Amino acid sequence: MRFLDHQGFERLLATLADDGYELVGPTVRDGAIVLDRIEGADDLPRGVGEEQGPGSYRLTSRGDGRYFAWAHGPDSAKRFLFPARELLARMRREGGAFAVETAPDERPIAFVGLRSCDLHAVAVQDRVFMHADPGYRRRREAAVFVGVDCAEPGATCFCASMGTGPRCTEGFDVALTELEGGFVVQAATPTGEALLARIETREATEAEVEAVAETERTAVAAMGRQMDEWDMPALLYRNRLHPRWKEVASRCLACGNCTSVCPTCFCHDIVDGVSLSGDVATRTREWASCFSEEYSWAAGAVVRASRESRYRQWLTHKFASWIDQFGTSGCVGCGRCITWCPVGIDVTEEVAAIRATDGEVEVVTS
Amino acid sequence: MRERAKPRVAVFKMASCDGCQLQLLDAEEALLELAGAIDIVNFAEASSHIEPGPYDVTLVEGSVSTPELEEQVKQIRDQSRVLITIGACATSGGVQALRNLADTEAFVRTVYPTPAYVKTLERSHPISDFVKVDYELTGCPIDRGELLGALSALLAGSAPRLSTSPVCVECKRRGYVCVVVARGEPCLGPVTRTGCGALCPAFGRGCYGCFGPSQPPNTEALAKRFIALGLTPKQAADKFRFITGWAPAFREAADRLERGPRSAKEGATP
Repeated sequence: MRFLDHQGFERLLATLADDGYELVGPTVRDGAIVLDRIEGADDLPRGVGEEQGPGSYRLTSRGDGRYFAWAHGPDSAKRFLFPARELLARMRREGGAFAVETAPDERPIAFVGLRSCDLHAVAVQDRVFMHADPGYRRRREAAVFVGVDCAEPGATCFCASMGTGPRCTEGFDVALTELEGGFVVQAATPTGEALLARIETREATEAEVEAVAETERTAVAAMGRQMDEWDMPALLYRNRLHPRWKEVASRCLACGNCTSVCPTCFCHDIVDGVSLSGDVATRTREWASCFSEEYSWAAGAVVRASRESRYRQWLTHKFASWIDQFGTSGCVGCGRCITWCPVGIDVTEEVAAIRATDGEVEVVTS
Repeated sequence: MRERAKPRVAVFKMASCDGCQLQLLDAEEALLELAGAIDIVNFAEASSHIEPGPYDVTLVEGSVSTPELEEQVKQIRDQSRVLITIGACATSGGVQALRNLADTEAFVRTVYPTPAYVKTLERSHPISDFVKVDYELTGCPIDRGELLGALSALLAGSAPRLSTSPVCVECKRRGYVCVVVARGEPCLGPVTRTGCGALCPAFGRGCYGCFGPSQPPNTEALAKRFIALGLTPKQAADKFRFITGWAPAFREAADRLERGPRSAKEGATP
């Protein structure tokens, strides 16, 4: 392992920018640490902390010089790899034919400061989009990932119990562990190794290597929540008539905030538009939510008309049928759906409540 | 490109402030394209050149609040192939529907020196209370993009796409930070129809519901959250009783809050 001081860290970001990457990293905007395009290390939330709970998020001031001593805000890499609104095609009538206009080339993205949960979330979305979506694949393959071990998990985090963190174990080119005065750094890919070779680092001391392990231990111990995954997907399948679904539906706003901030949720809608003159047509993909009634509109009717059915669909897909569909859970334990739910519904509590009264209503299948 | 005649479009107003019609007049660069695609043959706000019906598409702004308007809107319907109501007034009764909660007779006696001259309906009504409406564009004012999108779709022979999802869906698409979660600000976004581009949360303010109720909304759960944020039941009720307060879902939410928890519970059990 190598050690990177603050100057070297700034150099790392500058090198990526010089290589033509668009830097996307954490920065403070409108009372939260969001992911956005950044110029360099000066835009990072240095000395900023946060307090999170169900339905609540507040920034705090730490009064130290740490760059990454906070748990993630509402955004994940999803916003950039699977944009909320993407123009798929634009056609213009020319003479007797249509000319298809293509999207301009985008700069490749260098993600700075993604946590292990979010690196795992990229791998989850890869299974959804890589084989089917050329835009996603193009952005994904061009991207560079600089991960940062999570040292300060939030009160709504449960990555340790999902096996997706808090230490970066996969999905990164370079991973950092923030210590006093700099970072322990390691590369996991040829891209990462080539990058580090161009920046001044030194061999990490034994104490620094030990501090990396200690950072992980402290973070695991500080994890605010946990999820018991035992007997998934069967647990949720056999409890599809459990009374808890009706109870949670009475609290759920069906506003879709959970699905929007979820780093793996991929539901979308395709929207066609036409200009007033009828000469230009567009096809746009935009984020949608399975909590929207209209999302299940099919052949003239809404298939999941009740909030109860929509909440059950989301939770059961995320923790159970996702496993059947993609061979992995759809949840990475980031806890965003808990923090950013305006009424603070907690998935770990909902699953625990169903587990506690497992089989309360028997589902008979013939 | 088009061979067929341009559709004849009319724009009328009832009880309203004209702000929604202005969204059309204010369409800037789209105006020229619009003029090339449709014939606006009756639009008193824009031109004194007025042609009689029938009309292919008619936009009506404003609520129905007098017997005269009631008669007029029925005639407009008879003259219109597609009738689109535009704005909070036309689709829910508007902010003037606040008077529906009070004694109209008393207002008339207090305000006017010769009450006998004033002929008014007991309530301010959405247009759909009197005639069949084909499409409703909500909002105070309506969103220009949604209006132009609806007209473009009709011109192309398809149904306008008017989402019933809540404001939150669009708010998150645009990457705005949730004002309820990050600031403790009461926001009607979770129960309000999208279409505005999440304009108020974009400026750090809570949505005040001017686009009216979204898909069957869970106003009860949101009201509970407002009270947890420190609002009194009366203050929470007033959030719902505003621009689109006469829309049934918001009216019921406010009524429930004003009745109080005990009577609300009694009301819930038959």
